[in-house]
Amino acid sequence: MTTPKKDVLRSLWDAFCSLKLTMFLLISLAVISIIGTVIPQGTPAEEYLATIGPAKISLYKALGFFDMYHSWWFILLLYLLTVNLVACSIKRLPHIWKIITQPVTVMEDGLERSLTNVATIKNSNDPVQLKEQITAFLETEFAEPVVTETGGTLHFFAQKNPWCRLSVYFVHLSVIVIFIGALVGSLFGFKGYVNILEGESISKIMLRSGKELDLGYTLRLEQFSMATYSNGAPKEFKSILTVLENGKPVPGYANARVIVNDPLTYKGITFYQSSYGDASEYLFTATDLDGKNPVSLTVGGQSSAKLPDGSSMCLLESTPDIAPYSPGLSGPAANVEIHKTDGTSERFVVYANHPELNIEHAKNHGKGPVLHYKGGEKHMYTGLQVAKDPGVGIVWLGCFLMVIGVYTAFFMSHRRIWVRIQNGSVTVGGNASKNQGAFQLAFESLVGRLKTDLNKENK
Amino acid sequence: MTSSLLFNITTFAYLISMLAFFVFLASRTKVLGSAAMIVAYGGLLAQTFAIALRWKESYDMGVGHAPLSNLYESVVFFSWTIVLIYALLDIKYKYRVIGAFVMPFALLGMAWAQLGLNTGIEPLVPALQSNWLLYHVVTCFLGYAAFAVACGISIMYLIKAGCEESADKQSDTGLLTMFPPIRVLDDLNYRSIMVGFPLLTLGIITGAAWANYAWGTYWSWDPKETWSLIVWFVYAAFLHARITKGWVGKRAAWLSIIGFAATIFCYLGVNLFLSGLHSYGK
Repeated sequence: MTTPKKDVLRSLWDAFCSLKLTMFLLISLAVISIIGTVIPQGTPAEEYLATIGPAKISLYKALGFFDMYHSWWFILLLYLLTVNLVACSIKRLPHIWKIITQPVTVMEDGLERSLTNVATIKNSNDPVQLKEQITAFLETEFAEPVVTETGGTLHFFAQKNPWCRLSVYFVHLSVIVIFIGALVGSLFGFKGYVNILEGESISKIMLRSGKELDLGYTLRLEQFSMATYSNGAPKEFKSILTVLENGKPVPGYANARVIVNDPLTYKGITFYQSSYGDASEYLFTATDLDGKNPVSLTVGGQSSAKLPDGSSMCLLESTPDIAPYSPGLSGPAANVEIHKTDGTSERFVVYANHPELNIEHAKNHGKGPVLHYKGGEKHMYTGLQVAKDPGVGIVWLGCFLMVIGVYTAFFMSHRRIWVRIQNGSVTVGGNASKNQGAFQLAFESLVGRLKTDLNKENK
Repeated sequence: MTSSLLFNITTFAYLISMLAFFVFLASRTKVLGSAAMIVAYGGLLAQTFAIALRWKESYDMGVGHAPLSNLYESVVFFSWTIVLIYALLDIKYKYRVIGAFVMPFALLGMAWAQLGLNTGIEPLVPALQSNWLLYHVVTCFLGYAAFAVACGISIMYLIKAGCEESADKQSDTGLLTMFPPIRVLDDLNYRSIMVGFPLLTLGIITGAAWANYAWGTYWSWDPKETWSLIVWFVYAAFLHARITKGWVGKRAAWLSIIGFAATIFCYLGVNLFLSGLHSYGK
């Protein structure tokens, strides 16, 4: 009964150790990842959903296409890749480990035949002298040799960078370390956002999951400002923030500047400049021509308000003092745009200190309501991304391992040299784990130098 | 002397160099190959000066930043890195004929940049005001350029391998005698990707580091990020193909070409067709 079970396990293990599975997984991941770059991820915009129709929406939802990088099948592929690279590493590592820790120090005939780089030098020096010469040569020109004597034959073995054979496993390990970092981040960290009005404070933020999170301290937005270049392109978005504990500003965290590319971190939570908006409020009253039926109206910096007659009003610009623009007049004024129910629209100025002008305007333009401006205040709000990710350090460690591993995997090679002295001839053999062409040149030059070295001492 | 004039000279030099490489390929006149290479080196030198000059010009305008901030500047830089990587390959291996398959990429970039894109120097938008910009863009584009060279070599590989299969009798006469042996082409392909892959890895990591610093998320599956990972997967597959049975040779060459196509989509396609966090590259 145990044999078929073992066979199944065996073939499963072989499947996971196979490089063909690696190729399949890498190419599948590459192709499947395209889906999420074409279909918007997260909560798609209504306009997009309207273009694809309800049938596709429910299909995409069922398949998890709107959050595909967290869907079970994508995660499964990543797990399979992880299992595959662990299995491959476990299968091949013992052999590599043996090459590193138990090097073949004697060049037998079989080994010699398997080497592409072999050279023979005739030499009749005294064996003791020759041994010293070759040891010294290898020490200075290559690496310190191990000398073995078997039945009157002298063997030398020297190697460089044996450990670089491990670099591939380093890269595989680094991928796993990065995954662990990502896992730690998703388990113990959070991502959220918060909007703060100028002059106001918050102590809770909204998480992406929709839940609220208590920061444990208070954050106050002192000011938000935006600067532009002369061509109108944005130059800087800046929030001035103060961290408060028990109602008191924390030293070093009062009036802290947060701009794009320069966040603020307090107690492991980081605040990033992300968006901004206008939360200004402007007050108006609308009355009949005779001043009866007053209605208060509030218009936001980026919103509109309904007038009693059904038309809508939005604010174009406002000023606390009209004097510089209209000599003879004074006080606050607002330039508004009215969209009437019949589809027409008009723009005019509404004053705070000159009600007679407001009435005159209304009389000249039909019977519509009279608008009076009561003044307003410019208020900006800032939008901050909030994040805490204790896994980031692990991810960076993984990235560091990966860079080191990739570099050594490509650019370093395990080079081995064997020398055998037998019957007055010196045989040199060499092998490299990578970059055979470069090693061949290095080997030839090494043999050339050894030749001249031995001949020189001979005379 | 303005950077704009120097960029025009560069474009012209790459055109001449490419044509000379073509004639060299057809006529097998050795001296033409050397001339084409010298013109390419001249163009590279002019372009190096032009990029430095444009950098200085931005400071003179009071909006000083490295010339890597918009599509025009990145295409110019891409073209520069392609010729740079090719020049390094030429110094080391001296296979002149590869130029006929690499210089077209560099010329295409320069011609498009000079004729079709907005060449004005613009101030940096807030999102790009960081030192990470330099590290991230330089590593990515050096990687892309190595992949461009690998793609050119892979095309040569497929042409040569295809012809050798169909008619090995004629192989003495045609243009193909100029091509290095397929074994060498395969090796050069691998060597180019060996340069490109660590650079792309670094490019993705510096991008992640920057994203984490600026947005608090090192990875957000933004289309640009995802496509860079797709490119990484394809070249990772290429590297494993070399030690996998049935994947050596032609299939590996195809992977290299597909990898470069994905690279180009990651670089241009994402900005032109998809929306995301890298929209300043438009």
